[in-house]
Amino acid sequence: MSEMIATRDSYGKTLAELGKENDKIVVLDADLSGSTKTALFGKEFPERFFNAGIAECNMVSMAAGLAAGGMIPFASTFAVFAAGRAFEQIRQSLAYPKMNVKVVATHGGITVGEDGGSHQSVEDLAIMRSLPNMTVLCPADGPETAAAIRAVAAFDGPVYVRLGRGKVPVVFDNGCDFVIGRGATLRGGSDMTFITTGLMTAQALEAAAILEAEDISARVIHLGSIKPLDVDLVLQAARETGAIVTAEEHSVIGGLGGAVCEVLSEGFPVPVERVGLRDVFGQSGKADELLAHYGLTPAHLVEAAERVLKRK
Amino acid sequence: MLKEETVRELEQAARKLRVEILKMLNTASSGHTGGSLSAIDAMTALYFHKMRHDPSNPSWEDRDRFVLSKGHAAPALYACLAEAGYFPRDDLKTLRRLGSHLQGHPDMNKTPGVEVCTGSLGQGLSQAVGIAMASRLAGRSSRVYSLLGDGEVQEGQIWEAAMAAAHYGLSNLCVILDHNGLQIDGKVEEVMNVGPLGPKFLAFNWHVVEVDGHDMQAICKAYDHAEEVTDQPTLIIARTVKGKGVPFFEHKANYHGTPPSDDELNRALEHLGHA
Repeated sequence: MSEMIATRDSYGKTLAELGKENDKIVVLDADLSGSTKTALFGKEFPERFFNAGIAECNMVSMAAGLAAGGMIPFASTFAVFAAGRAFEQIRQSLAYPKMNVKVVATHGGITVGEDGGSHQSVEDLAIMRSLPNMTVLCPADGPETAAAIRAVAAFDGPVYVRLGRGKVPVVFDNGCDFVIGRGATLRGGSDMTFITTGLMTAQALEAAAILEAEDISARVIHLGSIKPLDVDLVLQAARETGAIVTAEEHSVIGGLGGAVCEVLSEGFPVPVERVGLRDVFGQSGKADELLAHYGLTPAHLVEAAERVLKRK
Repeated sequence: MLKEETVRELEQAARKLRVEILKMLNTASSGHTGGSLSAIDAMTALYFHKMRHDPSNPSWEDRDRFVLSKGHAAPALYACLAEAGYFPRDDLKTLRRLGSHLQGHPDMNKTPGVEVCTGSLGQGLSQAVGIAMASRLAGRSSRVYSLLGDGEVQEGQIWEAAMAAAHYGLSNLCVILDHNGLQIDGKVEEVMNVGPLGPKFLAFNWHVVEVDGHDMQAICKAYDHAEEVTDQPTLIIARTVKGKGVPFFEHKANYHGTPPSDDELNRALEHLGHA
């Protein structure tokens, strides 16, 4: 069993480290700093931490102003409020002017759990991906989150990073050299490819092990960068394995599955099965119960692989 | 008190800028006339008297910043920037044209001297608040000015920003509210009464002053006064007239987003002594 780390914990820790290294880094939150883990930074650097109160729209535009004034702002809240409520502020104050602001949204997806569908963002990747100038990231685990946060701090431009609430297995147990726009092949395979993001990557690795027992060789590609997408890696997988299963803790519309299908339909069409929320909102429940209920377990990925292989 | 001569010079400058605004709007055949004319006096006083800025070095770190939160008054901003020397006056003829650096609403990446992108109402003030925070963190003595419309303050985000500016005690922030009483659909008080504005901002813990927004002496005095306020942002409610300076445009909501026709331009220029 691999080590379990919540990506938000990794974020909070990394942010506090970055605060020591670069005094231009400032952090904003909207009354959720205990949950998003930005409170760690706030405790160490109170003069560079701005609580906006429960006012996400103002938080995002203030972050834009701080960037215009020469700072490197990180702004955090839950994904549903960042990409949803403050969408137009992200569009006008960040994406349109290419403002150097990092929106790091925690509590993405259904594993928010008991708070229910009102708090489970299943559409944020699709919304953010559609914005010109935006970079959209969705790390798989703790180590990748740490590396991704360091990469975005060094990158000049607006970025949306989606993180989760619960602890997730460490996938990058040998460290992670995160490069924006580059995917990672975590397991070689020749019969089909899982292309996954966020916590679904760990599920895909489990599914690939199950398939191996059935003599099916499954490749696993993790895309921590949803935009820009590693087009070459996706096309290579299509050419070499001829069948793709995408998986994300997000709607099957417009997120990773949508992005991969866009690339394949223009570049190298092969059968694809998309695993994700089937155009529905979530509901209250425990995280693992919800993953099972909405079809996001290794067993579901195995079934999807079998379906896609029949279409090959 | 400003010298009479300075007041006359600023009034003369504002008259000239009104001419530029009307000409560029007529050439573009599109754009916002009324709110540009109501705001131009307060902006003239900033760009040609109050603000420390250097048109030859738009990114000078210690400059005072101006954020046009009511971004649709872009023609007033462009007229000021061209007159100050940020770019050639001839560029004003390209307003709103394909490929022009003068977009319909201000774009920081296209136009020298524009600090942030505005146009979606309510977001400029929040950005001005952020800039004021950054200036304070960086230990700069520069001030941040932002101009709002009175229709704009119907946006909820304005009150979020007002709350934050007071909470963080941003005395380096001075906001001018262009209170011309009109918005696209009619009188502000009839479309959605957001008044009384002074008491509302006072309740949000701002320092509030009210002036005749077309009186240069009063405007400049208010800017000076705002510099003496400690621990609070200042709101200057500038009582203005939409379409000010062109009698047949004054107090008319339908000239919010309508440019002057050729005939209207000629009559306006005659009135302004520039025929």
